Amino acid sequence: MEITMIAGGVVSLSGSLFLLLGALGVVRMPDLFNRIQAGTKATTLGTMLFLAGIAIAEPSWIPKLLLLILFIIFTNPVSSHVLARSAHHTGIRMSDKTVVDHLAKTTEQRGSESLQGDEQEIAAAKSKGGER
Amino acid sequence: MIESILFIVLALLALASAVVAVISKNLVTSIISAGLVSLLASLLYLLMSAPDVAMTEAAIGSSLATIIFFYVLNRIRAKEDSRD
Amino acid sequence: MGNMLFLASALIALVALGVSAIRFFRGPDTLDRVVAFDVITIISISLIAIIGFIMQRSVLIDVALVYALLSFLGVIIIAKYVERGL
Repeated sequence: MEITMIAGGVVSLSGSLFLLLGALGVVRMPDLFNRIQAGTKATTLGTMLFLAGIAIAEPSWIPKLLLLILFIIFTNPVSSHVLARSAHHTGIRMSDKTVVDHLAKTTEQRGSESLQGDEQEIAAAKSKGGER
Repeated sequence: MIESILFIVLALLALASAVVAVISKNLVTSIISAGLVSLLASLLYLLMSAPDVAMTEAAIGSSLATIIFFYVLNRIRAKEDSRD
Repeated sequence: MGNMLFLASALIALVALGVSAIRFFRGPDTLDRVVAFDVITIISISLIAIIGFIMQRSVLIDVALVYALLSFLGVIIIAKYVERGL
């Protein structure tokens, strides 16, 4: 009983360290997109480890905690993706160190070729992806 | 011990975000700050061992009220756009 | 010993909540505040779970589940409103 408590505590402590690193990234990063990236990836892993530690220490709670972990895995990247898309469409400025912006290039290309058919657009996008 | 520390820190954060909700000039910021006050208040209800009240506060105060506020703001913005 | 580790992780999660609240109060743009709100929501879900573990009440996991479900909707609605696509 004691060993499961200690093992769960260690896993939970590492998860909370990931949560702290994600929060520090949200404060310290220079740019909105970097903040979204730091605040999503580190926090997802941190919450998963945190809940897994509780599940190790308290085995009768495993079904509910597994449901919570699955829900966080599915919804957290979706919400960060919607946030990043909304930020890009409203024209948030990127940091000066940003070197590549594929979404702006793709939308520009799609705007210039809008008279052609959809299939040609998709083929162009695919060949572009293959070159990359 | 740990409950007192959590309680004090969460109550101070709720107070600060309530101040932001009052003094901010931007309407969207005010609505998000009000949602944050509800979130922290539901955490305080949990620490006072009232999980049913906390669940209601989290569902209604922090989520549904925010959604209804943004729905109404969207209707107002659409009407102003059509008038211009 | 094991219980102390859980108390320490609860305190570190509380510090993470306060650190991301700094970005919420400072954030120059609205979407910065939305990102900070998202991070605060996720951290508070894990904080609810650990409060339930410390107080030994399994009801609180249900509260965390309801909260995860509804806050996801809230962030999607805010992002759609800012993008003018609601």
